This record gives sequence, structure tokens and C-alpha cells, in this order.
Amino acid sequence: MYEYDAGFDRATPALVAAPGTAAETAAVVAACARAEVPLVARGAGTGLAGGAIAPGGVVVSTARLRRILEIDTESRAALVEPGVVNLALADALAPHGLLFGPDPASQRCSTIGGNIGNNAGGPHALRYGSVVQHVLGLELILADGTPCAMGGRAPDRAGYDPTPFVVGAEGTVGIVTKAWLRLLPRPEAVRTFLAFFADVESGAEAATAIIAEGIIPAALEMMDAPTIRAVNAAFEAHLPADAGSLLLVELEGPAEECEARHERIVAICRRGGATDIKAAANEEERALLWKARKLGYPALARLAPNNYLMDGVVPRTKLPETLRQVAVIAERYGLLVANMFHIGDGNLHPTLLFDAAVPGTTEKAIEASALILKHCVEVGGALSGEHGIGVEKNQFMRWVFSDADLDTMHRVRDAFDPSGRMNPGKIFPTDEPPRELPLERLKFRFAEDMWV
Amino acid sequence: MPQPATEDLRKCIHCGMCLEACPTYRVSGLETESPRGRIHLMQALLDGRPATPDLTIHLDRCLACRACETACPSAVPYGRLIESTRAMLQERKPANPWLLWLFGHPSRLRRAFGLLSLYERSGLRRLLHRTGVASRLPQRLRMAEGLVPQMRPRFSRDSGGVVMPRAPMRARVGLLTGCVMRESFGDVHDAAAALLSRAGVEVVIPPRQVCCGALHAHGGDLQGARELARTNVMAFSEAAVSAIVVDSAGCGAHMKHYGELLADDPEWADRANLLADKTKDLSEILLPLAGQLRFGPLPLRVTYQDPCHLAHAQGIRAEPRALLRLIPGLELVEMREADRCCGSAGIYNLTQPEFSERVLDLKMADVVATRPQAVVTANPGCMLQLRYGLERVGLDVPVYHLAEVLESSALAGDELRR
Ligand SMILES: Cc1cc2nc3c(=O)[nH]c(=O)nc-3n(C[C@H](O)[C@H](O)[C@H](O)COP(=O)(O)OP(=O)(O)OC[C@H]3O[C@@H](n4cnc5c(N)ncnc54)[C@H](O)[C@@H]3O)c2cc1C
Ligand code: SF4
Ligand code: SF4
Repeated sequence: MYEYDAGFDRATPALVAAPGTAAETAAVVAACARAEVPLVARGAGTGLAGGAIAPGGVVVSTARLRRILEIDTESRAALVEPGVVNLALADALAPHGLLFGPDPASQRCSTIGGNIGNNAGGPHALRYGSVVQHVLGLELILADGTPCAMGGRAPDRAGYDPTPFVVGAEGTVGIVTKAWLRLLPRPEAVRTFLAFFADVESGAEAATAIIAEGIIPAALEMMDAPTIRAVNAAFEAHLPADAGSLLLVELEGPAEECEARHERIVAICRRGGATDIKAAANEEERALLWKARKLGYPALARLAPNNYLMDGVVPRTKLPETLRQVAVIAERYGLLVANMFHIGDGNLHPTLLFDAAVPGTTEKAIEASALILKHCVEVGGALSGEHGIGVEKNQFMRWVFSDADLDTMHRVRDAFDPSGRMNPGKIFPTDEPPRELPLERLKFRFAEDMWV
Repeated sequence: MPQPATEDLRKCIHCGMCLEACPTYRVSGLETESPRGRIHLMQALLDGRPATPDLTIHLDRCLACRACETACPSAVPYGRLIESTRAMLQERKPANPWLLWLFGHPSRLRRAFGLLSLYERSGLRRLLHRTGVASRLPQRLRMAEGLVPQMRPRFSRDSGGVVMPRAPMRARVGLLTGCVMRESFGDVHDAAAALLSRAGVEVVIPPRQVCCGALHAHGGDLQGARELARTNVMAFSEAAVSAIVVDSAGCGAHMKHYGELLADDPEWADRANLLADKTKDLSEILLPLAGQLRFGPLPLRVTYQDPCHLAHAQGIRAEPRALLRLIPGLELVEMREADRCCGSAGIYNLTQPEFSERVLDLKMADVVATRPQAVVTANPGCMLQLRYGLERVGLDVPVYHLAEVLESSALAGDELRR
């Protein structure tokens, strides 16, 4: 039953270990080293890139290590075990007036260990950045079973600090057993509102305009019409069913400043053709909006039995164009596409909706998604904004990195894990030739101006 | 042959957003004890993987609390899935037939409760506890022992009857007496009937009604469940009532599904649907009538535990709380995750004592944190389990059914006026 995560790929592990302490974790890793078998760290398995699946290897689940060991309100740091669920940490911090910046939409179940593994972001990444900016130190079990500590409670460190390197390494350098996290004060005021637009493009242009004016909201999210339909069905969100897209904007800071920025953003949206603007009247309404946004992706399953979610990044200026391109690709493949994403930082999550029971559809979806990602890379973006590379996109790494780039990465990895047994097959492309994309065929089928 | 529906299974996109809602995942941290894992397992069994005990144990450990259904954004009908999977497995291997047999007939249950009550009255229970023998009993026995209802009166209208309204009549409803409830929670029924009558409702107790059959359905005995459902459909249609009031969340949740249960039975399907539509939890009926009641003061600090079969299965959360808030002097302190299962789950506490206790201990920590003077809930199984839990943590406060609290207050109110 550990054959899956929330992504697309499946693989049966040989064995699953669920240690209850850091010492047990070290013992498990040491045993794997003696037996020379590969191992894969796993949190809650909500990753979307297959990072936590283990073909034939040993899954080491850190989900049971779920203690918050210390909340240091003075130095604003917390020491936690990796299995602590992101939302549970948020709940524990709230009474102290503190927060942990990254709030991946999966926060109600994903773990700090997995957040670190994938360098998770979230809607508020626009203001707070991703996990790497919030990890002060780590305790790690290396491939041979030895524990190793880096960084710590205090922010200033001497010598090499490998902490930021471990964050986002998808469990390929070691298994995190403890983490020192940076905490931030909760904002004085929060303002949350929605702006509705007739279509996706005008929404995207308004979003670009907001950032261009130098206003950085705490969160700036977009949902398109299919998404609105799904979240209305799932959460009784009562969003206008005829809206072509909406922007969910959240502002944080001193009350007056929020007020001023709110007015400016409303003005920009109106100029950009917003059909309506609606503010969350109270904390309950705000919670409902965020629930709809954060659980919007699984709610899409109400529209079609299968889906394929992507995680490309493009420069914000390329947003409207990329969204157009996504729609075109989806249409060409006869797939429905839903968009709900962190528009503020150009992190797209186009989700292809389909029915895998129809023969050939899954292949189509995979092909279409590869084309979409290729497009993102070509306009100067990235393969992944926050979900990681895993086994899903490792073959695409060559689109972005040269052999020399990859070789450097390999050498750093080898310094931690010379045996290459930690989460093998993830991130790095394997030797099998990258799958040929039918680019020529596609270009031919698209109108000339559509192809960039 | 009963089996989980492929369309239902395919709705699961293994996103994992249900994990933290699942009590068995919370206490174990294991994917095998999670909704997502169980759904994956159901698919594997459907695909022909042999149902070996080391696999089916994970399904046995499911509380069927349906918290995952509430949490699931993609609308996976988990309750239906686990029930049909259990029915599928049941065809191969009957599970706990003696328990289902026991609960299936009022007379058998009565005899069993007679024995328990003897045990209670003879002082054996107290003796066992005083000498510390109780804590040395094997877990399953100890659990069952802790769960023996401290004997409460049988329902005063056990053999049927009518309770006349004590105010201008507004409605005529039927009351389900059920199995466990009538035997050891008769005073809850009495309180419910009294409340309804104070609010101007005539309460009919059809004599021929039987156990609702929820335990049978949850245990996978769909045949037995259908038989009982038919008997009840008959008993209540004869009574000509506008609603069937249920004061046990588990029974209510199940009866609301009589339509689905008998859908393939042309002779009964329509009537079963009608009965299902008429089935209402006591709190659903009472809230709109609350204006008719005069609540007297009840200075008590309470916390409310959502029964799973009320919150997750029937979506009823607000009504019981709204009713409690009408009581002057009563302070309702919310516990963390009040809608997380207490581990009672029908006969789960007898079949899975270890997991049941772990789930219970997690719950008790949240209960204790509210420093309550009483715990209120709305289902007999939860009442027993919570009482057992309070005993385990050494917190000496009573567990009340919502009806009892409301009736004490309404009684006080009426007396004050007089
Ligand atoms: C509905 C939904 C919404 C999502 N929204 C977001 C979002 O907004 N932003 C975002 O960034 N992601 C999002 N995700 C993706 C995913 O939830 C995140 O990547 C999350 O951080 C994964 O956490 P996990 O505990 O499930 O880790 P897993 O999936 O179990 O593992 C993820 C990776 O981390 C490694 N890992 C796990 N534990 C450890 C450890 N102790 N030490 C070292 N490595 C470890 C694993 O090997 C794997 O490579 C979403 C997913 C879903 C299903
Ligand atoms: S049951 Fe629902 S919430 Fe749980 S994994 Fe499946 S789709 Fe996600
Ligand atoms: S019904 Fe309850 S115990 Fe069973 S999988 Fe769902 S949440 Fe877990």
C-alpha cells in the first residue's frame, strides 16, 4: 500500500519501515546499508512527482515521528520531527502569535519532512518564499546510517552550510530526522478578496499588472471556470458559476497599509475588466475561500475520473501567452484542462482532466503535459515550481541542464551518498534516451503563430 | 455478489487529503491504516488479490466512522465502499456471527443484558475493580468489561404505546427504540419522548419494530440487514407518522439509507425510500420546535463529542450545539477535533480492542483539555466508550445524551413556571 503517492507513477516497494524514533531511523538506514539495498524516505505521500515511491527498495516512512520538540518564542525557532504535519505545526504556533511561512495547499496532511524534501511552496510563497528560506538547521541520517547535524537554532553559522542544499534534495542525500524551522510573527491584519473576470486572460493580465505596479500581495492565486465549477460542487463555495476566472488576493501587514493596497488592487482589477469584486466578510468566509483553493485540486476529480497536474514556472510576463498555449495543447489532444495556480509567482498548475478507461487517453495526457512543460522551459521558465522532479520529470532535466550541470549535481550528491542508494532514480535522468516528443508533428498541426 | 463499485473506487485520486482525518492513521502513522490505503486495498481485492488475513486486517481496523468522507474533496463515497467490501468478504468468511446474532433479536439481547446486569448488581464488577483484577484481565475482556453499561432503566414503553403531547399538538412522529438503546438507555428514550411531548409532538412507539440493522450492514451481513429493514418499514408505515425520530446517531444514519439498502427489491424500494426520507435525528426535529420549550437553568460546563454517524454520515453538527446553547447557564467548551471518532464504532471496541483504545486515548486527551463537568454526545456507543475513556484517565464526570441534558433543563423550566 506504499505503492503510490499523490502523483501518477506506481511502484511496489520490497519493504516498508516505519520507525518511531530518530535512533530507530538510523538503525533502519544502517541495516539497509549493510544489505546494500536502496531506500526512499517518505512523509505523507502527498507528493505529486512520485518522489516517495520505491521500486523494489525500502520505504522509510517518517510519518510516525510527529513530535513538536520545542517552540522557542524568543529566538523564533521551532525544533520539530519530520513527521509533524504542516497544519498541526501552524495550529501549535497560532497561540504564540507565530507562523511557519510555507503553507502548501496540502498542508492539512503533508509533513515537514516532505515539505523539506520537495522544498514546498504554497499560496503564500509569494510573500514568504519556499521552505528553503525557513529551515535553520537539520539533523540528517546519512546513507550509511550515521547521524549528521547542520545549522541550528541560531541564524549565524560558520563554514559550509549544507542545509539549503538538503532542502529540495527529495531525500537523495539523507533522511531528515529533526528540523530547526524559522518562525515569523503573525501579521497584524489580513485582507482577503476575490476579483472575477470574464476569461482567464483578463485575469492573468490583471495579476501581471498588480505585480508590475510593485504591489506584492501575500498571496495571488488564480482559478479558472472548470475549477470554480469543481469547488462549488465540493465545498459549497457559492462562487459565481458564470465567471471565466477569478483572482484570490490576500494582503497582510499593518491594517492601514492593507487598506491602501486593497484599494489600489481593486482599482487595477476594475481597469483590467473585473466583473465583480467580493471581499471575505469574516474569518469563516476567508477560511472557506482558502479551503476551496487549497483543496481545489482534488475537487477537480469531480469533473473527470483522472487528472494530470503539472507544476511549470514561467516568467510572469509570459503568463497570458502560456495559458493560451496550454489551452491550445489541451484542445488539440481533446483533453479538458483546469487552471488553478500561484499566478503571483508564475507557478502554473495546469491540470489535464480525462478518463483513463478510454484507451490511449493516458498516453495523450502524458504527451500533452510534456509539451506544456517544454513550453514553460522554452519561454525561460522551469520544470517545477514546488512539487519536485521525482520520477515524473527526471528525463526532462536534460532540457534545462547540460551534462556538465548534471555532473556537478551528481558530484555533490555523491559526497553525501557515494553508494547512490538514497532515493535512486529520482531527480537525475536515467540513461534511457529521453522520450521523443512529437514536436514536429505538433508544430505542423498548430497554427504558425501559436508555436513559440 | 456484493462488491465495491469500480466507479466509486476510481473517484479516489490518492491525493492523501484524508489521511489526517482518519483516526486509525493518526494513531498508527501507517498508510495501511489509512483511507487511501484501504481504498487501494479494496481495488486490489477486486482485481483478484487473495483476501488473506494479513490484508483484510487493515479493513477490519477501519472504524467506518466516515471522517475520510467528510475530508475527501473528490467525493469518494467511502462509507458505501467499506460496507460493500465487507459484504464481499463476508460472503467468503462470516465475521463475528455471534455478535450479529446477539444484536439481531431483542429477546437474545435482553437475556445477555440480563446477565450483564446480574454481574453489575451482584457487586462482582466493583469487586473486580477494587481488587485490581480488572486491570489484569486480557485486553479484549477488560475492554468489554469497561464497556458494560452501568445498568440503566429499560425504556418505560418497551412494548409500544403512545406518548401524548403536553402542548397544542404540532406533529405525530414515530420513535425508534432500537436494540442497545431500549435495553440500557431506556431513560434516554424517555427523555426524548418527554421533550417531544413538551414541544407538542405526539410520539408513537410501534410495537413491532426491531433493531435497525446497522451493525449487520457494517459487519457485512447485508441479508440480515435487509430483513430487519423490511420489518421496520412495515412497522412504521402502519403507524402513519410524519417522521421517525431517532435518538441514536448510528441507527439514524443507517435508516436514512434504507432506500439504498432495498433498492433492488421492487416490492420494498419505494416504501423504504419513503421511510428513509422521514427519518430524522432528534436534534433535527427539536431545533425548529425549540421555541415551544422553556429551558430552565443548568449551570454546567460541558463539551460535545460529535458522533461520527451524526457528523460525518448525516452532516448534523450545528443542531445539537444550537440546542445546547439554548440552555441558560450551560457553557459549551469545544474540544479539539470534536468530530474525530472516539473508537466506539458499533462493535469495533469489542472486535479491535487495541486500536479502539489507542483512538480513545487520543480522544480523551482532547476531552480532558476542556476541563468539562460533563461530556455530552448523542449515540449510545459513544456514551459507553466515552465513559470507559473517562474511567481510564481517572476523570470522574458523567456522560450524558443530548436528550437527557435538554430534558433536565426543560423540566426545570416547566417547574419554575409552575
Ligand atoms: C492537494 C495537493 C495540494 C498540493 N499543494 C502543494 C502546494 O501548494 N505547494 C507545494 O509545494 N506542494 C504541494 N503539493 C505537493 C506535496 O503535498 C508537497 O510536495 C509536500 O511537501 C509533500 O509532503 P509529504 O509529506 O507528502 O512528502 P512525500 O510525498 O512523502 O515525499 C516528498 C519527497 O520528500 C522526501 N522526503 C519525505 N520525508 C523526508 C525526510 N524525512 N527526509 C528526507 N526526505 C524526505 C521523499 O523522499 C520525497 O522525495 C500538493 C499536493 C496535493 C495532493
Ligand atoms: S479518499 Fe479522497 S481524500 Fe483520500 S486519497 Fe482518495 S481522493 Fe484523496
Ligand atoms: S471510515 Fe474512519 S477509520 Fe475508516 S478509513 Fe475512513 S476515517 Fe479511517
